[in-house]
Amino acid sequence: MRFPTAPAPHLAPPASTHRIMQWVLLAMIPGTAAQLWQFGPGVLVNLALAVTTALTAEYAMLRLRARHSRAGLSDWSATLTGALLAVSLPPIAPWWVTVFGTLFAIVIGKQLYGGLGYNPFNPAMVGYAVLLISFPKAMTAWLPPVDITGTHWGLSDAWNAIVHHTGPDGSSFDAVTMATPLDTLKTQLGLGRMADEIQSGPLFGALAGKGWQWVNLGYLAGGLWLLRRGLIAWQIPTGFLAALGTWSLVFFLLEPQTYPTPLFHLLGGATMLGAFFIATDPVTASTTPKGRLIYGALIGSLVFVIRAWGGYPDGVAFGVLLLNLAAPTIDHYTRPRVYGHPG
Amino acid sequence: MFTLHRFHGGLHLDAHKEDSSFAPLATAPVPPRLIFPLQQRGGQNAQSVVRIGDHVHKGQVIARGDGPMNPPIHASSSGVVSAIEPRPLPHPSGLADLAIVIDTDGEDLAFETEAHPDYQRLAPDELRRIIFEAGIVGLGGAAFPTAVKTDPGHRAIDTLILNGAECEPYITCDDSLLRHFPREVLEGARILMRVLGVERCLLGIEDDMPEAIRALREIQETGEYQDIDVITVPALYPSGGEKQLIRILTGREVPTRGIPADAGVVCQNVGTAAAVYRAVVRGEPLIERIVTVTGKGIRNPGNWLTRIGTPIADLVRYSGGYSGAAERLILGGPMMGISLSSDALPLVKAANCVLVTGRGETTGPKQALPCIRCGACAEVCPVNLLPQQLYWYSRADNLRRVEEYHVTDCIECGCCDYVCPSHIPLVQYFRAAKSELVAKQRDRVKADRARERFEARQIRKEREKQERAEAAQRKKAALAKPDASEIQDAIARAKARKRLPDATPVTDGTSHESAPHQEPPRN
Repeated sequence: MRFPTAPAPHLAPPASTHRIMQWVLLAMIPGTAAQLWQFGPGVLVNLALAVTTALTAEYAMLRLRARHSRAGLSDWSATLTGALLAVSLPPIAPWWVTVFGTLFAIVIGKQLYGGLGYNPFNPAMVGYAVLLISFPKAMTAWLPPVDITGTHWGLSDAWNAIVHHTGPDGSSFDAVTMATPLDTLKTQLGLGRMADEIQSGPLFGALAGKGWQWVNLGYLAGGLWLLRRGLIAWQIPTGFLAALGTWSLVFFLLEPQTYPTPLFHLLGGATMLGAFFIATDPVTASTTPKGRLIYGALIGSLVFVIRAWGGYPDGVAFGVLLLNLAAPTIDHYTRPRVYGHPG
Repeated sequence: MFTLHRFHGGLHLDAHKEDSSFAPLATAPVPPRLIFPLQQRGGQNAQSVVRIGDHVHKGQVIARGDGPMNPPIHASSSGVVSAIEPRPLPHPSGLADLAIVIDTDGEDLAFETEAHPDYQRLAPDELRRIIFEAGIVGLGGAAFPTAVKTDPGHRAIDTLILNGAECEPYITCDDSLLRHFPREVLEGARILMRVLGVERCLLGIEDDMPEAIRALREIQETGEYQDIDVITVPALYPSGGEKQLIRILTGREVPTRGIPADAGVVCQNVGTAAAVYRAVVRGEPLIERIVTVTGKGIRNPGNWLTRIGTPIADLVRYSGGYSGAAERLILGGPMMGISLSSDALPLVKAANCVLVTGRGETTGPKQALPCIRCGACAEVCPVNLLPQQLYWYSRADNLRRVEEYHVTDCIECGCCDYVCPSHIPLVQYFRAAKSELVAKQRDRVKADRARERFEARQIRKEREKQERAEAAQRKKAALAKPDASEIQDAIARAKARKRLPDATPVTDGTSHESAPHQEPPRN
């Protein structure tokens, strides 16, 4: 009898790229749900816009590059990029901000480098950084969380805000937006106020910024689930959070007047989203065990530096992008000892 | 308490052992035709010592080779040599090479051999000779000649390791051997200890083989074989890899490019130990072994005591034939075994398992996607390599980097390949890179020789040039001082010549001054 041949190993592989991407998307649910609850359905509109744009751009680019477009789309990586960018944007960001950012992320951040696996920078963060630099006003106009306002936006309100740039009931757009706690802290410190005084203000909750603390806890929950399933390596989030926590603790203890609590940092801004979902993007991160720890710790340190002394309220995107640059070098110098080789 | 060490990575795989280990060990009938490929382990072919038409007995040597890497091949039953012709080899290439074909006569007449139940009186060298003459090679799969492996030369050996950690899924031939012939294994270990002159023997066995462990323990509980430590190790693929088992049991590592003996250890498969016992104590050459026949594609999976040279098709037939689901024929396990195109191939000494997989048991054609550098491969690598980096550099044809990242230390266990979510055939890339490195090494040696030749020639030319220059210098010096006395002499000679017309003309050195060693430029 004759048989077809194939190289070893013969066992069917247990994992697949698209499955990993799907799991990561699923793990985003708790954090995204918290965002939906605190900031209204704008996040859903953003998600729809970004994912649709990402898939369209991915398809068009794969066609242009004469690549297998169906295989490229079915890996779910473009969906994930779109989703990660969408949840990073203000809940009522104008539609063209989302579309432009996503296009930039997919077309320039990913496909022009050669597509999945070949991009040196995290595409979602490329898109985010471009938007932050190009449209700073639109990118910092957040809504106050439901913890402060006590009222929910309807889907049509969000839609009108995003597409027509009007507030609910025809109110002015500027009247409904608000700076984030990180942003507020930075501005107020600049005005000479004390950190503890600012933190006792209406924007701040028991743990960190009102609303934001829940969002961060949501992404933390999703991230821990990813860890448990072995889909991300523990070193990156651990390094990230340990470094951010340590720096913020040291400076908080030294000068509590100028520096907010470590908890504010850990559960504020994009900390948990960054630590578990963005810095862990395997394509652009460090891959050796020791390297991942260093990589995470350096991002966490940069986040603290940018938040404390930089020009932007948050620093996850820039921290990640800068360390993307350094990842190959970190990998080169942190190679593990191979069996049978001296240490 | 014995301390176990860990190796990096590894995989917990579905064992699928009960499929074949459940059935009792059976003895396979002598097939109508036995086939013995003459190709030995990567080296030169053995030469047939029989001719077509010869009648041979069971245990008779039918082929021999040169040197210790080429132990003899024995007929595994009696019959007539019907052909010595090229036959396909059980090798991924599917290439054909010379094989001896014996039509068996059903008599199973045995060849007279010499038994040594009193082997304690034999010197290690004599035992090694018996092992060599019995045609024993490593039965774990690598088929390395045992007589060579048990002769570590100047290296100091303090430990013999018996490998019973049958870590690949599906395979249960060692389990079956230990359950049914534990004494042969233990006594074989003693013989090997004597050959090596070691006091310490560790028998490593995976903890998912409870019956085999019990069989060994029962013997030891009677007070026998106390000099052999039976150690259970956690079932984790590839703990049965030689380097991994050495690390688990001793904490030592085989140095890169080295052999176990460099770490003071010799490692032998349990089946090899049993074969050594049979060869020395009973005088039986290696003509049969236990082979697992299993997989969803086999109707009645089990273990068979099988004659070497039995065609796979016959063994499958004894196992009830193929079930409708038969999809792929694998010689060995599902992680490292080779997939064969035909079941007409014979079982060679190293064949431990015939795995016929059914639907859903093995992967179909895999569509490789781009590497996303997730690092799952590096997490499972038992050698602690960075397969994703190796892949990157292999694809870029950056051989220097591939070497720097130690591709030559890859044991091709398939762990990285199996866990890769992008389904990249990593092992194939690494195999290709390794053979390219070997080719490069060969080229380098060639280039080195050429360079040496060239340099020697340059030196020689330089020397000759210098010699010529010196000669010219001397001549010039000689020409530069035509002082008066010489002119006077010349005039005197000319006058004398006029007087004696038959005088021989005197010549100076200039006519010799052609370049004597001008070689046309070569290369």
